[in-house]
Formats: sequence, structure tokens, C-alpha cells
Amino acid sequence: MLKYLIEKEFKVIMRNKFLPKLILVYPVVMMLLMPWAANLDIKDIKVAVVDNDRSPLSMELVNKINSSTYFIVEKYAVSYKEAKEMIQNNEVDLILEIPENYEKDQIRENSAKVNISVNAVNGTRGAMGGAYLSNIISEFFSQKSGSGQAALIDVATQTRYNPTMDYKKFMVPALMTMLLTMLCGFLPALNIVSEKEAGTIEQINVTPIPKFTFILSKLIPYWIIGFIVLTIVIILAKIIYGVSPVGSLAIFYLLASVFVLVVSGLGLVISNYSNTMQQAMFVMFFFMLVMIMMAGLFTPIDSMPGWAQVISGFNPMRYFIEIMRMLYLKGSGLADLTRQVAALLLFAFTFNLWAIISYKKKN
Amino acid sequence: MSKGFSDREKVIEVSGLTKKFGNFTAVDNISFDVYKGEIFGFLGANGAGKTTAMRMLCALSIPTSGTALVANFDTMRESDKVKSNIGYMSQKFSLYEDLKVWENFRLFGGIYGMNEKEIAEKSNLMLDELGFMSEKETLVKSLPLGWKQKLAFSVAIFHKPRVVFLDEPTGGVDPSTRRQFWELIYKAAHDGITVFVTTHYMDEAEYCDRVSIMVDGRIDALDTPRNLKIKFNVEGMEGVFLKLARGANRKEI
Repeated sequence: MLKYLIEKEFKVIMRNKFLPKLILVYPVVMMLLMPWAANLDIKDIKVAVVDNDRSPLSMELVNKINSSTYFIVEKYAVSYKEAKEMIQNNEVDLILEIPENYEKDQIRENSAKVNISVNAVNGTRGAMGGAYLSNIISEFFSQKSGSGQAALIDVATQTRYNPTMDYKKFMVPALMTMLLTMLCGFLPALNIVSEKEAGTIEQINVTPIPKFTFILSKLIPYWIIGFIVLTIVIILAKIIYGVSPVGSLAIFYLLASVFVLVVSGLGLVISNYSNTMQQAMFVMFFFMLVMIMMAGLFTPIDSMPGWAQVISGFNPMRYFIEIMRMLYLKGSGLADLTRQVAALLLFAFTFNLWAIISYKKKN
Repeated sequence: MSKGFSDREKVIEVSGLTKKFGNFTAVDNISFDVYKGEIFGFLGANGAGKTTAMRMLCALSIPTSGTALVANFDTMRESDKVKSNIGYMSQKFSLYEDLKVWENFRLFGGIYGMNEKEIAEKSNLMLDELGFMSEKETLVKSLPLGWKQKLAFSVAIFHKPRVVFLDEPTGGVDPSTRRQFWELIYKAAHDGITVFVTTHYMDEAEYCDRVSIMVDGRIDALDTPRNLKIKFNVEGMEGVFLKLARGANRKEI
């Protein structure tokens, strides 16, 4: 019985003018564009310098700033007021104002102050830029003021698992998660409800087909689609970004298949409760956005407030992103992932049981 | 004319069947029996409760009270057994438009547990009888409505159910297709499938062995077309219908 139903699902999907193309094009576009667009590395921050000192030391400082990859000294302004206008016109992100007697103060009193003003309209860029700049300046200060102050604390950072701190490496596994969620979550969410709209569900409901079989016939196609999508993105990630999972590929597929069951199950539950495709779409969007925001995809969960961390504990996507990053970057094995795998299995079971129960053959 | 069905096997037994939606009683305590091989016409104005009643008999809708036995199974407690033994053709065309003609046969044959060989043979046989062989590979969505209806009927009786429920099967099709459709119904009845059909066309009511007429959720008349005409002292079924419908309070919904 199941065979005939799955056969039907595939024929219907393949004969849709749009869906097969979407399933192929979507992962490709996401993989090509997103890692660049979602890049949080701060580079080329534009700085306006107001140098009131015009001393050799102040010029050296400016050169040092300019030589870092983070900053471009875009403009020299005669006054702070002029520099502020540049910020207002969005020409620069930061102002560095060097006071008169900067050189003198530093040499004589061994202390000097500079003023940094940050354009915080783009919060991340401003905050990170400000922090980087103060780092550079204090380093410069230590160098110039001799041994005493230089020996404060020298922190040697060693980055593990993503040694070049390449943001793309960090994003690729997260993007795969997002792709699987979008395709294997949205398509089932629209599936049952589209049968309601077409009226075909009535013809199915009047047959003795068990609810379990029906739901299974809706899950398996998306499971297979998930595998196809996953294979496409793994290959693309390798070719374009040179990123491939450090951990076992078999475990990777195994856990991805559990995750697909989770999101497809959620999609089917929503589809069961919806009367129109529009409704299903909006409800799915709601859950999708919450899930993406609270998954640690863009922002680390540890820096969320306590209540948000609690909510993210109920977010299946969070566990899968953890799995993906650990597998992809760290090469963890199943033993390191038990907590996440247990959580995913629980979600998969709950959502799919719910999907079976909420599919009503009678009303 | 009465064919003396009453001494034959009962296929549908309905007693006190009621369906309420809030304060509104869509189906109001109806009771009747349908016998094996009979063509049973289920008539009534729009909103009289025909579709609701039929959906309860198909175990698609849960009655508020009362019981219905279809093919000797209780529609509430043994709904899957009921469903194995019935065919259903809804008012709205509900086959898969993105499947080809033969694929719809295959899907529903498969769902009812027929094997590959049975399905292939029966599909060809049915397509042949319908004169539809040339359309075997056609996508259902590109068929004209009349053909879709005939196909839907064929799919509904594909697994040889004991009863087939037809909800306004000839709505919106031309007179000659309607005629062909009724030939299919007769053939199915001849093959031993009991036919339970709702219709708006009074000429079609004349083709039924017995008809019931629903008014405001109740069954106000049930007999052979001939007896009904005599009882209401009118020429055709249309007269019977109008006389009964005049008493209706319920507006179209």
C-alpha cells in the first residue's frame, strides 16, 4: 500500500512545474551567496582622522592603523566637527581624534589620551571596530613607552578547529541546517493542506488506509529529497569553500536524516491543522524564524539572556547546528554527540506521533 | 415498480442518525435501509443535509447520535472495515489531477490492497469498457469534466466495493454524458454493487429503484418513484419534489 502512495508523491512532486527546479536551485544559490552575505568578519572599516598634534608620533600611529587589514584611513579632517559630518554622510565608520600635545604627553607623562567616536548605526561593525582600534592604540602605546608598560599581559590566542577563523567555514554547516529546514519543513507543511484544497484528501480519507501509513508516505519522499539536497551542498561546500566534514560522513548522513524527520514532522503537524496553504505558510514561517533566531546560527546561544537560552533548549535546530559544527569542524564522533542526538530523536518521535494523531480521517 | 427488495439482504441500515453543528441540526434523526443491488436515490434541496448524511455513512463524519451499519459494519466502531467495502465519489472532483488516468487506477487499486497484476488487468478492462483506452496515458487534469466524472466513478468501483456512494455525480455535465453515466451506474448495479446516489435531476430520480426525499434534515418520503407519484398524485418526480420542498423552512446554505 505504502509503495503506491510514495510512488504517487514522487510523481506529483516531479510533475510540478516549479518544485523540482526549486529543490535543485535553492541549495546551489544558498551555498553560493549566503556564506559571503552572512559574513560577520569586520574588514575595511573606514576611519576619519582628526590629527590635532601633527607630530611624528601621531603620524606613526595613523600609519600603524592604516596598515592593519581592518582599517582604512579614509579621510583626514581638520576639525572634529568636520569629521562628524563625514559620519553623518556615512562616509566613515569611526573617528579617531588625536589631541594636541599627544606626543608630548606620551613622552613626558607616559600617558596619552585619544578620542574614538563610533558610528553605531551598524552596531556590530561599530562595536567591533571600536574594540579593534583601541587594541591597536594600546599596543602602540606600550611599544612606544618602553619596557615597563609593555609587559602588562601578553595573551597568546590559539584558535582551534577553525585555525584561520574563517567565517565561511563556520557558516557552511549552519547553512546546510537552514537549507534542510526550509526544504524539508516547508514542502511537507504545504503538502497535506494542498490535498485539502484540491479535495483529494477526501478520496484518501474514504479508503481504509491507516493513518500511520499515510503519514509515512508523506515523510519518506522528503527524507529522500533531504538526502539529495545534502549531497549537493556537501559537494558544493568542498568545491567552493574547501570545507568538508572532519567527522564521519556516515554519521553525518545518519544524523541529518533524523533532523529531516524532525522538520518534516513539524511541517506535517502544521499542515494537518491548517485549512489553507496560506495559513500553513505563515505558521511555518513563524516557527522557522523563531527556530533560526534561537538556534545559535548567527548569534551564540551563550550570550542570549537566560530565558532565551531556555527557549532555545526546545529548538531542534539548535541541536542540529551543534552537531553539524562539531562534525564539520571538530570531527566529533557519536559518543560526543549523545545529548544532541537524544534531543533530536525525541523531537522526531514527538512531532511524527503528533502528525499521525492530528491527521483526522473523520470529523 | 417495486422489485420486492425488502426480503433481500440489507446493505445499509440507518437508525436515528443525527448530526448537529452547534445549534444547527443538519441531519435530523433519519432511519432507513438500503438493499443489496439496489439503486437508491437520495434526493433533497440544497442544504437539506444529503451530503452530511452521506459523509456519515462513509465514516467521514462522526454522527452526533444514532447508528449506521454499512456492509454490516458499524460506521463508528469499524470504520476501516466500512471503508474497505465502499466506494465514494465526492461532489467535487477529487482524483489526482497530476496523475495519468492509469496511475489513478493504480494508486487506488493499490490502496485497497489489489496486487499489481489485478490492477493492470482491471484497469485495461475498465478503460476498454469506457472506450477510454486512448486516454490511458493522459494527465487527468487535461480531461473534460464529463470524462473526469466517468473516471471518478470507475475509480470508485475499481476495487469492487459492496456499496458505492455518489454525491451529485452528474452535476454540470451535458445530457448525453449524463445518460452514459447512468448506463455505468446500471452496469455496476447489475454486477451486484449497491448504488447510493444523490442528485438534483428529477429525470435521474426516475431511474432509481427507490428514492428518499430529504427536507430540512428529515426524510419526508421514501418509496419507489411510481408509488411516490401515485401518493402525491402528480405526473413526474418533479411534482413530488416540489410538493415536499414547498414545506421546507430551511434556506439554502
